[in-house]
Amino acid sequence: MTRFTRRNVLKGGAGLAAAGTLASNGLIRPAWAQDMSFTPEDGAELRVLRWSRFVQGDEDLFLENVAKFTEATGVPVQVDNESWEDVRPKAAVAANVGSGPDIIFGWYDDPHQYPDKLLDLTDLCDYLGGKYGGWFPAAETYGMRDGKWVGMPWGASGNCLVYRKSWVEEAGFSEFPSDTEGFLEVMRALSANGHPPGFALGNAVGDGNTWTHWALWSHGGRMVDENNQVVLNSPETIAALNFVKDMYETFIPGTISWLDPNNNRAFLSGQIGLTANGISIYYAAKNDEDPAMRELAEDIYHANMPIGPVGMPSELHLFTQAMAFNYTPYPNACKEFLRFIMEWDQYAPWQVAAEGYITHPLMAYDENPIWTADVRNTPYRDTIRNMLYNGYAGSLGYASAASMADYIVVNMFAEAASGAKSPEDAAADAQRRAERYYRV
Amino acid sequence: MVAEAPKAAAPAYKISLWAQLNNNRDFLGLFFMLPAGLVLLLFLTYPLGLGVYLSLTDSRIGGVGNFIWFDNFIWLYHDSVFWLSVFNTLLYTIVASAIKFGLGLWLALILNHHLPFKAFIRAIILLPWIVPTVLSAIAFWWIFDSQYSIISWALTELGLIDQYIDFLGDPDNARASVIAANIWRGIPFVAITLLAGLQTIPQSLHEAATLDGSTPWQRFRFITLPMLTPIIAVVMTFSVLFTFTDFQLIYVLTRGGPLNATHLMATLSFQRAIPGTQLGEGAAIATAMIPFLITAILFSYFGLQNRKWQHGGRDD
Repeated sequence: MTRFTRRNVLKGGAGLAAAGTLASNGLIRPAWAQDMSFTPEDGAELRVLRWSRFVQGDEDLFLENVAKFTEATGVPVQVDNESWEDVRPKAAVAANVGSGPDIIFGWYDDPHQYPDKLLDLTDLCDYLGGKYGGWFPAAETYGMRDGKWVGMPWGASGNCLVYRKSWVEEAGFSEFPSDTEGFLEVMRALSANGHPPGFALGNAVGDGNTWTHWALWSHGGRMVDENNQVVLNSPETIAALNFVKDMYETFIPGTISWLDPNNNRAFLSGQIGLTANGISIYYAAKNDEDPAMRELAEDIYHANMPIGPVGMPSELHLFTQAMAFNYTPYPNACKEFLRFIMEWDQYAPWQVAAEGYITHPLMAYDENPIWTADVRNTPYRDTIRNMLYNGYAGSLGYASAASMADYIVVNMFAEAASGAKSPEDAAADAQRRAERYYRV
Repeated sequence: MVAEAPKAAAPAYKISLWAQLNNNRDFLGLFFMLPAGLVLLLFLTYPLGLGVYLSLTDSRIGGVGNFIWFDNFIWLYHDSVFWLSVFNTLLYTIVASAIKFGLGLWLALILNHHLPFKAFIRAIILLPWIVPTVLSAIAFWWIFDSQYSIISWALTELGLIDQYIDFLGDPDNARASVIAANIWRGIPFVAITLLAGLQTIPQSLHEAATLDGSTPWQRFRFITLPMLTPIIAVVMTFSVLFTFTDFQLIYVLTRGGPLNATHLMATLSFQRAIPGTQLGEGAAIATAMIPFLITAILFSYFGLQNRKWQHGGRDD
């Protein structure tokens, strides 16, 4: 398979260089020339906290990999699950109290909230990057701080456009447009045919944040500039707001109230013909016992978020990364565990089991057959490649996390779209709200 | 005096300090209250004090934070979302409590009559109160759904409307909807407690008034209501407190949306403190609720409980 050649080629380059610097700190077994690994401490045991699976296959394969790890190293691993929104406060408490799970799989900019409480994973991430074709830029941004890796990117639950192919064709589009102009035309045509689109505009943690950030960035708007100055109130932002206002006119009524599950339901019941979501809608239809639903699945197709005036992909996805904490008595066991689950033999089958739900942060996993096994999976392959990061273009930290948790961007778009405020007022208001968090 | 006599006469019978204390009513009173006091201190005073302290710091989750005096409050003072949440909370509390009181009292008066299957009906009335809030909230979430609302569906089938009602998408509708859900949930508490109060009113008063030729309204106005007022004060205090601090219903139905139109102080406090990790600011919002709560308690205490006719008119 291609992965072997890729692997060998990369080995000779960056991988070797990275491994070379590591040899000096004594973490590597003599056999490092084949594959780097860390020797777990004697008597090591690990506690791992991860977010609860969205799809069963993810959990099954993850636990299988954990069992494989224990078998290979003799290190017992206890895995705890926590609802995905609850991981963040748990991790923050663990970091600041100095006890808790050795490894936590958190979200977005979590490692940047308490970087000094985290184990330096630079050797591990350099090795993985070298071996697997490098990290995508967004993964590097999320994982690195001041030249060090504080988190190990694990993947993302990608958000793509989900549409009914027959309805889009009926509306006169043989292919789904890849620019915002054509995108708007599709929406108008769908709406005219009685198959309106619907995108969540309520305080939806996942769906609301991801697509509205795309809308903002695709038009060149951003919350802060490179120096963390709030620049949200800009002509670009207002252009984005006007664009979403146009989108909103084509929407099914009620999207202002939508939380994360609403669009899934509306799509599966045929009320909307287009939305932005993870692969879960397709997954649910495909695996339904009802033959009618399986037939519907045949008509579900996906596309990447269109490219706006800014001229480059500008997506946001639910990004997850692993943090190992300073307080762990078994740092090597932590690193070995993380290395183990990221290696092809574990990670690739895990992605397959998750049926496209999890996109990889390492480029080589583009080759995973899951992405071409079903043409509907392919757009999800590129989600991290196309991704910026929350708090773009500033630095990650408490302000980026707090302003997203406060739904500043989502509220701004909802206000402008629904007509509660003019785009200009909505942008000015959001600017003020963002400034509260980005105060010096 | 009694204790001193034997002490002087026979020093051999020296009474231990413990025995002395054992006969001291003041000491015993304090002593017996100690466990309850400790529980209160540990589980009420300490968390409350900690919350107030946190509101004066810039703590993040798990961190200690610096003492910043009233910066959080000054900060909130300039935050439009915070003021919106204050407005929402007051509106939510006042409207929901008033309607809960009206309907609850009405229900209690009906239930106080001799009805067939009385015990059964009373048990059923309590159901909304017994069902865990999150479950009933999820039920309401479906009832208010913008696509699947049974209310919209029924009205459409009846031909009364031709477009589904946007219950949770329009700010005013959303406020009305969450208030309706809260009322549904809160009525049983008010009704059943007032019913208990109604049953303590001696039947003889009503009989005497009937003999004097009073109308039902007069009996309600001059007998039932005055006799019931102390209970009303207690019930409404609790009801207002529950409503003011409501969280679960909002969190499930709207998460404070749309456009923050249903964000209560409690939900905003959570959003800022836990997902937003701004523990200090979240605590400040929670602390800002205290003056409102104290006002509500004082209002019902002085306004409703301490009236002369309550002391004069008793038949004890």
